[in-house]
Amino acid sequence: MRVGAFRGLTVLLLSLATAPAFAGVLPEDRGDALYHRYEGGGVEIDGPSVLVRKQVGKSTSFVGNYYVDYVSSASVDVVTTASPYTEEREQWSLGMDYLRGNTTMSLNYVSSVESDFDATTYSFSVSQDMFGDLTTLTLSYAYGDDIVGRSDDPSFRAENKRQQYGVGLTQILTRNLIAALNVETVTDEGFLNNPYRSVRYADSNVPLGYSYEPELYPRTRTSNAVGLRARYFLPYRAALEAEYRFFTDTWDIQAHTGSLTYVHPWGPFTFEVKGRYHTQTGAHFFADIFPRAQATNFRGRDKELSPLTSTTLKLKVGYSFIDENRGWSIFKKGTLNASIDMLSVDYDEFSDLTTGAALGEEPLYHLDANVIQLFISLWY
Amino acid sequence: MANPMLIRRLAGAVALLVLAGCGNIEPWVKPYERDRLADPIMALDGDPVSTSYIQHVYEAREGARGGEGAAGGGCGCN
Repeated sequence: MRVGAFRGLTVLLLSLATAPAFAGVLPEDRGDALYHRYEGGGVEIDGPSVLVRKQVGKSTSFVGNYYVDYVSSASVDVVTTASPYTEEREQWSLGMDYLRGNTTMSLNYVSSVESDFDATTYSFSVSQDMFGDLTTLTLSYAYGDDIVGRSDDPSFRAENKRQQYGVGLTQILTRNLIAALNVETVTDEGFLNNPYRSVRYADSNVPLGYSYEPELYPRTRTSNAVGLRARYFLPYRAALEAEYRFFTDTWDIQAHTGSLTYVHPWGPFTFEVKGRYHTQTGAHFFADIFPRAQATNFRGRDKELSPLTSTTLKLKVGYSFIDENRGWSIFKKGTLNASIDMLSVDYDEFSDLTTGAALGEEPLYHLDANVIQLFISLWY
Repeated sequence: MANPMLIRRLAGAVALLVLAGCGNIEPWVKPYERDRLADPIMALDGDPVSTSYIQHVYEAREGARGGEGAAGGGCGCN
């Protein structure tokens, strides 16, 4: 019996060993330097992001990223209940990819530091190329640990724990079509609201007709997202990509996001146009105004958790200054890129309190923002 | 009554066929037919720094998150 089992195992191992092997590939060595600028709704955020990736030996690739946000905020939230502020967020990340046969294992560490918020994330993923490299299956897990503070109260300290589970399937469907399916679940536990933000409630004792009290969110949140995208090579060398994502969470937010991208190369230039549409319902504890103080167990007036619709038009141009067929010095390829994302958000229930309108007559808030990116990429 | 030895042999043969099948699935898009998929315009994430930045912007401005990643593509063109 034991001999039979051993023989069966040997046959099984041999059949696996003789299966055809297709080697996977590590990401290409490259360096990117990006300048980003967000401007809209009284908020300006800009800064650099620098990424360097280098392969060491035959099977390992290291990647490092340094990213900074310089924030100057006089947003509608801030001017309503607080004072404009400036601050800086600095983020470091280090990662490693290890390739063995058709399997890539990745480890990543991210540290983000602000004066009143520290976030640390550890992540691990495994990717397997299968079926003649037509299919890539990726399983990922991330653990995040946040420490929330208050700049006006050094004794305030709260924590969040976050766990992220992902499954991704990328599939070559035809010689012109590739598609990717991603499923991601995120669970948060801890202090999830903004320690500075307030909600308003009706108060007939004050001339304004309403007063403010601090937000109070549930201490847990679980979200699920399913995203599907497909990219198609058009007959005259151009690409079309369609993407759809469905999102739902335990705060009763449901969102649908869709986008369409067209990429058109022309000589050394590459032009890209993208339209994106997003619509969502609000969290169950969101209200523009509560009927009285402490009216509900949980309460929030974060406009991002309110019902809204956002549209984005993206225009991008890339210029290849080192042609990949010729190279230059140690560089195989080099590109310069500029893009603008014009974001427009309509809030269905979040009022603009900066207009001075009487209670009940405030107009709904609308946000227009421009996001500019300029970056250089070098492959070596 | 069926011969247990025969059943075992048949099961072994089926297992071997399944394993051999897994190992030899004929890629319906051959490696030499993937030139278009290897074109940089077909990269699902050609500019990772830019992609992660803009996803960060959307996560800050909207209530949804996740589900937007993509693996390399398995075609040797990632």
